[in-house]
Amino acid sequence: MSSWYLLLATGLLLTIGGALWRVWRGPDQADRMMAAQLVGTGGVATILLLAAATGEWAMLDVALVLALLAALAAIAFVKSVRGAGHGDPEDEAQNDAARADEAPR
Amino acid sequence: MSDLFTIVMTASGLVFFAAGTLGLIRFPDTHSRLHALTKADNLGLGLIALGLAVQVPGLADLFKLVLIWALAILAAGATAQLVARIAAPADLGEEPQSPPDETGDGETRRT
Amino acid sequence: MIASLFDLTLCLLILAAAGAAVFGRAAFMAVVFFIVYGILIAIAWLRLGAIDVALAEAAIGAGLTGVLLLAALARITRRIDAPEPSTGPDRTTLATALASLVIASAIAFAFLTLPEPQGLQERVAENLADAGAENPVTAVLLNFRGWDTLLESIVLLAALLGIWTLARDEAWGGRAGPRHVTRPGGVLAQFGRVLPPIGLLVGIYLVWAGSKQPGGAFQGGTVLAAVWIVTIMAGLMQAPRVADRALRAALVIGPVIFLALAVAGVVAGAFLVFPPVHAGWLILAVEAVLTLSIAVTLAMLVFGPPEEEEKP
Repeated sequence: MSSWYLLLATGLLLTIGGALWRVWRGPDQADRMMAAQLVGTGGVATILLLAAATGEWAMLDVALVLALLAALAAIAFVKSVRGAGHGDPEDEAQNDAARADEAPR
Repeated sequence: MSDLFTIVMTASGLVFFAAGTLGLIRFPDTHSRLHALTKADNLGLGLIALGLAVQVPGLADLFKLVLIWALAILAAGATAQLVARIAAPADLGEEPQSPPDETGDGETRRT
Repeated sequence: MIASLFDLTLCLLILAAAGAAVFGRAAFMAVVFFIVYGILIAIAWLRLGAIDVALAEAAIGAGLTGVLLLAALARITRRIDAPEPSTGPDRTTLATALASLVIASAIAFAFLTLPEPQGLQERVAENLADAGAENPVTAVLLNFRGWDTLLESIVLLAALLGIWTLARDEAWGGRAGPRHVTRPGGVLAQFGRVLPPIGLLVGIYLVWAGSKQPGGAFQGGTVLAAVWIVTIMAGLMQAPRVADRALRAALVIGPVIFLALAVAGVVAGAFLVFPPVHAGWLILAVEAVLTLSIAVTLAMLVFGPPEEEEKP
């Protein structure tokens, strides 16, 4: 069974490799960020399989932390694009106002 | 028997991951690629977690598996919404069609 | 055979991500590759059997550092009002690369010329019964080599002081970082409500479990910091004032209590010695306050210096 898990995990690494290609190619920042998101999900799945392959189920905690913080970078990203880093990523009108507020001091 | 279940489930999980990556590479624009990611991947993760659920030694580990999947779905749902809005004007080459209150009300569905 | 295949693939991916982060043309791409690199490195630590390190890497490398770098990038582009700064090789880059190469060769040389490694595992295992923690990593970090952990927690504080010195005089004492706004009831605000309760639970679990299995103050503290950062980025709370006494108490309580216990150890025998009978609960107590201080310090590091004085 252990070999089976590792084989699958290797397959998952290959899909992560595909995501790396998309991070490289872009073209938008959004593409790169979402590809990183796939690496996160794939990484979680890889860790689950590693835990099963080695019987070290404490590894699940690492997957748990990774899944918990998966959205953190993406949130920081949408924040950084809109309103100079602290505006509302869901409000386009307010976004322009926030940008105007950020005139060089 | 449970090993067979695990093999079938985890293998299907990998298939969905592969499909997601294929979509990520092949789909023509940002929004299509968002679909590929947030749907296929999380189904793949869910299938792998389901396959391993019959192998874990304790109830606590089973709970962790469920929590991991739930967190991944939550993160994917939220980030897909947010990133789609960021990508909207630039990608479609036009202003958003409707005011923010009516655009893709993912939040009302989830609560 | 399959294990080697997995490891080889993983190594190639890590090298690709690292190379792209260094040689990528756009700064944003470099940041994303660095985040990806953190995830892959966490998996690599798991393959090396270091679950504690993998936990820290997942929380800090893949979690907090990404937020820090993206915020820094947004700051840079806002200040100089220019497109993404390019990271092409210039003289500084080459000098840094050269210095890194020299250091890396020195470390490689030191490693290769090491005498046959004795390893400390046996000595740790022999004394584990007196350490007050069943997880050998926790025993080393908080008992056998408490020095390192004590100094690390102080280094974090020093880093925060360094960041705070960047504040302008008129902003000093105000709330850390910019004020985040979001649409009430929007996706981000909802997410900021759902995630923190789960994150709190996971963070505390990691600290609690740290005495028996992988986990501990650093990992738990990082998760708690991340949860706090999400709440603030979702606009549900405001960052505290840097002049706030409660905040400052939270920042220093970990190192202070650790130091006090270390000095008290002199009475029992020597500096930084926990009497074996009491080691168990002492370690848990130190971990608890350290977690608080680490969480608050890391979060404040990410928020940055105060930017605007609040109008009353």
